Amino acid sequence: MSTALRVEGLTKRFAGVTANDDVDFDLRRGEIHCLFGENGAGKSTLSSCIFGFYRPDKGEILLRDQPVQIASPMDAIRHGIGMVHQHFVLVPEFTVLENIIVGTQRSGWRLNAAEARQKLRGICDGYGIDLDLDAYVWELPVGRQQWVEILKALYLDAQILILDEPTAVLTPGESKVLFDIVRKMCARGMSIILITHKLVEVMQSDRVTVLRKGRVVATLDTPATTPDELARLMVGRDVSFTVTKPELAPGETILAVEGLSARGFWGDAVLKDVSFSVAQHEILGIAGVAGNGQKELFEVLCGVRRPAAGSIRFKGEEVAGMSPRAMMDRGVGHIPDDRFREGLVPEFSVAENVVLGWQRSPKYCNGPLMDREAITGLAREMIGEYQITTRDEHVSAGKLSGGNAQKIIIAREFLHASGLVLANQPTRGLDVGVIEYVQTQLLKKRAEGFAIVLASEELSDLFSLADRIAVMFKGEIMGIVDPRKVTVAEVGVMMAGRRGDIAASKERVSA
Amino acid sequence: MSQLFQEAIIISILASTIRIMTPLLFSAMGELITQRAGIWNMGVEGTMLTGAFAAYLVATLTGSLWLAVLAAIVAGALMGLVIAFMTATLRVDHFIAGLGLNLLAGGLTLYWFQSYIQGRAQPIFSGFQDVDIPLLSDIPVIGPVLFSQRALTYVALLVVPVVWFLLYRSRYGLELRCLGENPKALDVKGLSVSARQYLAVMLGSAMTGLGGGFLMLGFSDRFLADFTAGRGWIVIVALIAGNWRPRGVLIAVTAFAFLESLATHLQVVGAQVPHQLLLALPYLASIGLLMGLRFRSGQPARLGIPYARE
Repeated sequence: MSTALRVEGLTKRFAGVTANDDVDFDLRRGEIHCLFGENGAGKSTLSSCIFGFYRPDKGEILLRDQPVQIASPMDAIRHGIGMVHQHFVLVPEFTVLENIIVGTQRSGWRLNAAEARQKLRGICDGYGIDLDLDAYVWELPVGRQQWVEILKALYLDAQILILDEPTAVLTPGESKVLFDIVRKMCARGMSIILITHKLVEVMQSDRVTVLRKGRVVATLDTPATTPDELARLMVGRDVSFTVTKPELAPGETILAVEGLSARGFWGDAVLKDVSFSVAQHEILGIAGVAGNGQKELFEVLCGVRRPAAGSIRFKGEEVAGMSPRAMMDRGVGHIPDDRFREGLVPEFSVAENVVLGWQRSPKYCNGPLMDREAITGLAREMIGEYQITTRDEHVSAGKLSGGNAQKIIIAREFLHASGLVLANQPTRGLDVGVIEYVQTQLLKKRAEGFAIVLASEELSDLFSLADRIAVMFKGEIMGIVDPRKVTVAEVGVMMAGRRGDIAASKERVSA
Repeated sequence: MSQLFQEAIIISILASTIRIMTPLLFSAMGELITQRAGIWNMGVEGTMLTGAFAAYLVATLTGSLWLAVLAAIVAGALMGLVIAFMTATLRVDHFIAGLGLNLLAGGLTLYWFQSYIQGRAQPIFSGFQDVDIPLLSDIPVIGPVLFSQRALTYVALLVVPVVWFLLYRSRYGLELRCLGENPKALDVKGLSVSARQYLAVMLGSAMTGLGGGFLMLGFSDRFLADFTAGRGWIVIVALIAGNWRPRGVLIAVTAFAFLESLATHLQVVGAQVPHQLLLALPYLASIGLLMGLRFRSGQPARLGIPYARE
């Protein structure tokens, strides 16, 4: 098999941090080659260098064994390299066609859409992609927006396609369709670089290169390796992917939600008739593709967003429509999904963030003044207890890694919560070690008798942690299932909008 | 009040609406191009003032009005260059860059003006005269209103469809609007974002400068301190009120010009309506429009946000 692309000795530094260190990588024609590693392992930096977005400090890129200079995306495109970015680069106000052709026409004044339309029809028919070229991108669901991104690359005749975490926004079903089409591309001689941190996806590739801390750890033939081996290579030590969850009988019902609805900024229904309950010693998982109402649900539960209808009973008390402060005072802990924007004030110090929200409490202030001693003491205590890696408590929170930032939030919320913890994507973007830590902390709270609502986009997390899983789709609950009785695929189908087994919830409500 | 409804007065009100409107139209279409490219240029007032001063200078020095027009365009483009350098290269906050430019233009034009006229009577020039379009200008009412105007007035009215075509039917327009909506979409196709921003801001500012120049050459014979008297701010309001679309901006500019014309005429006929109130109406109307358009704003998504990779 011939080599489509080879990277030799590539090194890239950012302000003293070495993101890629002497990386060797080769891509064969017609293969799916996975770049696998934790966040910050250098996968995206490497692909950005190949795409000409960054200029490597050292090293060479060879195409079909010829050294090439890729100084800008323009060069990359000219050499037939295309990239689908993790965060889509689309103009919502443009149509699909406009998004694809903008900046590609080289001559003439007038927009020439007819020719482009014909070429795109050909591509779509060839791959069996069904997409309305005249739809506005804002009208399309996220899963279909990805096709626009892929078509952008195909339209520019990409022979090498870089897919950066392409399935982050897809349901398992949509992912399968994506992989089918990617296989078709390979069959036609295209080569695919697939960036991912999901083991399930790695296993569908032909070869895999594992990156850790900017270095290549190994390049392996996928069929000759195992998920366990890959996980070990990625982290650099043995990891157990299954946390041990003791069987606990649910206690009293802590949170009971009935017929909850909410509206978005545009007046659209973002939550529709949501009902569930969570008891002591219980973790209720919320599954769903990002943007199907999980965020809004958490906002309503913690008081940030006003419900339009429905009731929320916390320990028997009706709390729907109460302010976030009232909810905090009642003992609701909230771990929001965007830790650096909603969970913390990045410019504030670790100590200030630990006390944030409780600055009015007499424990931490003297009249109008902050009690710096008490706050510093608390921060030091939390830094020790939650193993927060920081020079001291005066460092601004924004300078910490995602994992340590998350630990600050967990420390603060666990300190004051009594009875209920709402955790939205608490492990997203974290290293495996920290993920284990966060999961262990949640299970500890479960053992203590807390009720926990946990949303995650990683179904494997929910299957290992949750006692029951509620699947959300377009603001509705498609069903509440018992993870011991269903498969990931069944939950995947519900994530795409099929109603499932609601019986589990009925049982609980009547019990 | 009833005098207002005499034919001569109505014609006069409408004709002066067109006169007030056309310099603003150049500037507004220029600012539309600039803002559609994502640069929120607050320096319209300063750019118009500089264009007006450049036109005055060249008109009195050379006696050629068309050279003066050219000077206004070049002066505007240079102001655009400053804005582009600050926003696209240095990534300064757009508002601060624009406000700085206004202060700079106010001070510099006054300084140059005073050095220019030092120790002598202020030179004046004779500006553009009305051009009657044969046959059409004889039509009652419409003739004197639309077809007996300054040459540049006709150009200004043509600029609206031209800008519309540029924005919505040319490939440059698609790229330009992309700059305002999501510049990264151009960057990932290997196209230079900052080069396009420079071009857009300089083209837009050249038109804005031309608006200032036309104000000078069409309707005055001399420069005065603060010559543009807040018209640059009207342009910015018109852009918001027109929801960043050529036709909307045209309507907004027309409405503002009509109100100003009406206010002037009311004073002349001695009607008991406070003149200041009418002049404040455009701003009140814009605030109302802003509230009404809240749900479907045509404001470019990345307007005023400096672009940097990651």
